[in-house]
Amino acid sequence: MMGNVACAEGAIAAGCEFTAGYPITPATEVANRLAERLPQVGGAFFQMEDEISAIAAVIGASWVGRKSMTVTSGPGISLMLENIGFAIGVETPCVVVNVQRGAPTTGMPTVGVQGDMVQAKRGSHGDYEIIALCPSSPQEMFDHTIIAFNYAERYRTPVFILSDAFVGHMREEVVIPEPEKIRTEYRKIPEPGTDPQKIKGFLDEDVAAMPIFGRGFKAHVTSSCHDEYGKRNLIDISALDNFIRKLSNKILKHKEEIILVERDYEGAEIVLVSYGAVARAAAMAAAQARKDGIPVGTLRLITAWPFPEEEIEKMARQAKRVIVLENNLGQIYPYIKAEAARYADVSFLPPRLVGEIQDPEDILRKIREVLK
Amino acid sequence: MNELVHPLHRFIRPSSKHSTFCPGCGDGTVTQSILRAIDGLGMELDDFIFVSGIGCAAWIPSPFFNADVLHTTHGRPIAFAFGIKMGLPDKKVMVVSGDGDLVAIGGNHLIQNARRNVEMVVLCVNNGIYGMTGGQAAPTTPMGIKTTTTPYGTVENVFNISKLVMAAGASFVACWTTAHPKQLTNSIKKAIQKKGFAFIEVFSQCPIQFGRKTGVESAVQMLEDYKRRSVTPKEAAKLSDEELKDRIVVGELIDLEKPEMSEEVRKMKSKAQGGGE
Repeated sequence: MMGNVACAEGAIAAGCEFTAGYPITPATEVANRLAERLPQVGGAFFQMEDEISAIAAVIGASWVGRKSMTVTSGPGISLMLENIGFAIGVETPCVVVNVQRGAPTTGMPTVGVQGDMVQAKRGSHGDYEIIALCPSSPQEMFDHTIIAFNYAERYRTPVFILSDAFVGHMREEVVIPEPEKIRTEYRKIPEPGTDPQKIKGFLDEDVAAMPIFGRGFKAHVTSSCHDEYGKRNLIDISALDNFIRKLSNKILKHKEEIILVERDYEGAEIVLVSYGAVARAAAMAAAQARKDGIPVGTLRLITAWPFPEEEIEKMARQAKRVIVLENNLGQIYPYIKAEAARYADVSFLPPRLVGEIQDPEDILRKIREVLK
Repeated sequence: MNELVHPLHRFIRPSSKHSTFCPGCGDGTVTQSILRAIDGLGMELDDFIFVSGIGCAAWIPSPFFNADVLHTTHGRPIAFAFGIKMGLPDKKVMVVSGDGDLVAIGGNHLIQNARRNVEMVVLCVNNGIYGMTGGQAAPTTPMGIKTTTTPYGTVENVFNISKLVMAAGASFVACWTTAHPKQLTNSIKKAIQKKGFAFIEVFSQCPIQFGRKTGVESAVQMLEDYKRRSVTPKEAAKLSDEELKDRIVVGELIDLEKPEMSEEVRKMKSKAQGGGE
């Protein structure tokens, strides 16, 4: 199954009912599949006038209780960023799939590049935390989409799937479990009949119950600075500080439950750190190096955001040398270096050509080079 | 002595203690017309989900209405409302915002959803200026007016908003001014009951920002002006374009029956599931 199709199937398996998007390469197969499949199970895909309205509609549908998702690529994310900030600010569960492509600007739509890694974290204005997952295979396009929905519902936040054209268009076997074997979560909501004036629907570091619309909660939902009750406050800067910190801490406090990595570096002196499609090349190179008697391991980031500092530190304390591999000019590299450089030599290996995944031979050459 | 309570007071969010509108603002009249219409239909605020954008008029439902209210980003309330309506088709959805929000930055969402004929009420409060940010020119500011961003006078033509929305395919369009509160209330009642995209434009006085720019700083005089400039569609039909330039065509301009999108979506899902319509 194609990665993009697996992503759509993952959304359906997670209980997604509402999707909206705008046609864009290389993400179209996700939308096409959703448009065909969702109505069969009572949901729908809506083609909007642009990506701004797509994410807006997704947020609106989430507020009436629907599990919601949008799918796009870099140019679409650029348009969505203001409303992604809105979703963070009013704590809206939703999933945003970015099948990354050659960029900047219109770039090269059919080529996979990990070019929007920091955009996902820093693209919207202001301080905030986000959750982002990096699938490496069609199977993970399915699995991670379910995880993304569960995180979105549990933490009331947008969750990114940072895929790319390689993973999106890759075809591999995908195992779809029986529905009863798939664990799905749904947001907490206030008890029916709760006095609306007593509902604290926002800014709880342990995630407030969501006063979704249509249930008589009389929720006032504003992206302006607000308090725990949703009441706007545009005067008191301590309210702004509370607004910023509570939203961020809601994610940071639960980092340990959110962060997923794949460690395979026991006894390794050299560790290759990567994520997404590039991790496949890193695993191949590490296997070959070990065959050649060089102690090479790998650390794959599944969660890119919140950034897994502790995992990087733990790895760097053991390794002597760390090589970071990304299919870009080094976007997550500075974050990794900041944590790892105290304990190990850290270097970066870009692909020979951006838009190409590193050749395992090139990785082996780099390994031999850092050993000198 | 019994305390006197406004008959619409039960619609106001208990934590809202004062209005944020400037003295003489037309938004209070619009607020009353909306709530009187809902009251007149025997409906409750829980039958609605209100959506607003950014600007003075967006503060009409947010936070004053004791209801579910989504106060969204600038220009996008109709796009958010689309998701709300498709996610919960049995609820009434009402968007209340200004001309800058709905027609300038949000113009595409306005015409696209009029085209789709999604059932919702969109109330556009047209004060002809950006009030909240301090009196900048809008696509509705008459040619030649000096504003903070057009110190030598505006050099752009204006939008005829109601005509635009009619052309885009809305099934109900009405236009009034704050000098017509009863007519406005009646049109809002019809809009709420309309199975389709129901758009109401209200010319509303902004004596503080617009008034200062035009030298007419009295709300009363602005309302007198609206009355003087208003013509019915019948009267308008007899006037030349030149004669119509300074006029406001008030009334219910269009009221059609046509396929409504959330109903079409319901049929589409039924078809996908192997059933009939």
